[in-house]
Amino acid sequence: MKGMTLIVKKTTQLIAGMIFMYGIYVIVHGHLTPGGGFAGGVVIAGSLILITLSNGGDFMKLIKEESGTTIIESLATILVILVAVSGFIFGTKIFFNNFLPKGIVGHLVSAGVLPLYNIFVGTEVAASIFIIFLSLIIFKEESKE
Amino acid sequence: MDLTISIIVGFMIFGALYAIHARDLLSSVIACGLVGYSLVICFLLLKAPDLAIVQIVVDTITLIIMVAVVLDSSREESYLKLDTQGYISAVTAIFLGLLLLYFYTVSIQSLDVLGKSSLRMAKHYIEGAAQKTGSANLVTGVVFDFRGYDTMGEAVVLVTAVLGVLTILRLRGKK
Repeated sequence: MKGMTLIVKKTTQLIAGMIFMYGIYVIVHGHLTPGGGFAGGVVIAGSLILITLSNGGDFMKLIKEESGTTIIESLATILVILVAVSGFIFGTKIFFNNFLPKGIVGHLVSAGVLPLYNIFVGTEVAASIFIIFLSLIIFKEESKE
Repeated sequence: MDLTISIIVGFMIFGALYAIHARDLLSSVIACGLVGYSLVICFLLLKAPDLAIVQIVVDTITLIIMVAVVLDSSREESYLKLDTQGYISAVTAIFLGLLLLYFYTVSIQSLDVLGKSSLRMAKHYIEGAAQKTGSANLVTGVVFDFRGYDTMGEAVVLVTAVLGVLTILRLRGKK
């Protein structure tokens, strides 16, 4: 697919980074403020979709990007299950056991393993939403030929 | 606040009806967006900012994809004439709707007002949840600690959906 005009390209290149950073903020502060893994992951996927739509398919080297996101997404899901299983190993034998020290309520590094779950789920949601969008674009490109 | 939510729900019903009957498919997609964004304001008024954030972002991305699909295919809706099977389906739909309305009016009398009371299970979640889970955001504490299995199931469902999309949409496969 072709990109848009130069003005749209430059504006989205300026804005997409800020949207990406906001998504990371929402994920990392998921245990303090509203938001969390799902919301922040979709925001990150939105910034990637924005830059893909404005700059066209050639900008991102689409084929390589797709295989990359598949691996990242599968790895993130496996990590969620690994953190859940590691509750078995430490302390009492409960699945999803919160074994890390809780810390002080309201600090950025607190709540045990909950921020780790937020980060992994955010990675997984961002990768899967973006991969659905990319596969739609690639399907359109391939069916044209 | 009840009046405000009633007005917004009225807007949502209007948008859904217009989305069905619009001649132009692009305006039908925009009417679907009216439903989603009104739902965002409802969530904010009912004090659920987590849901509002997820809803507004997912709705925007869905709207972008639907607009792209409509612009790529035709904007005209293809009309079909009603035959006997169509009439039978319409009568069945109206009958089922009336049945659902009757059972709804029966069951609404034994329910509390929305948001006024909490269940017995929810009281145990709310009491001292910040000390139990260590997170200041109660929703994250419930989603990732008390209800961890549900969240893991959601993540696995998303991965499975993506695998299904890739299976259908990849024409050539990897070389």
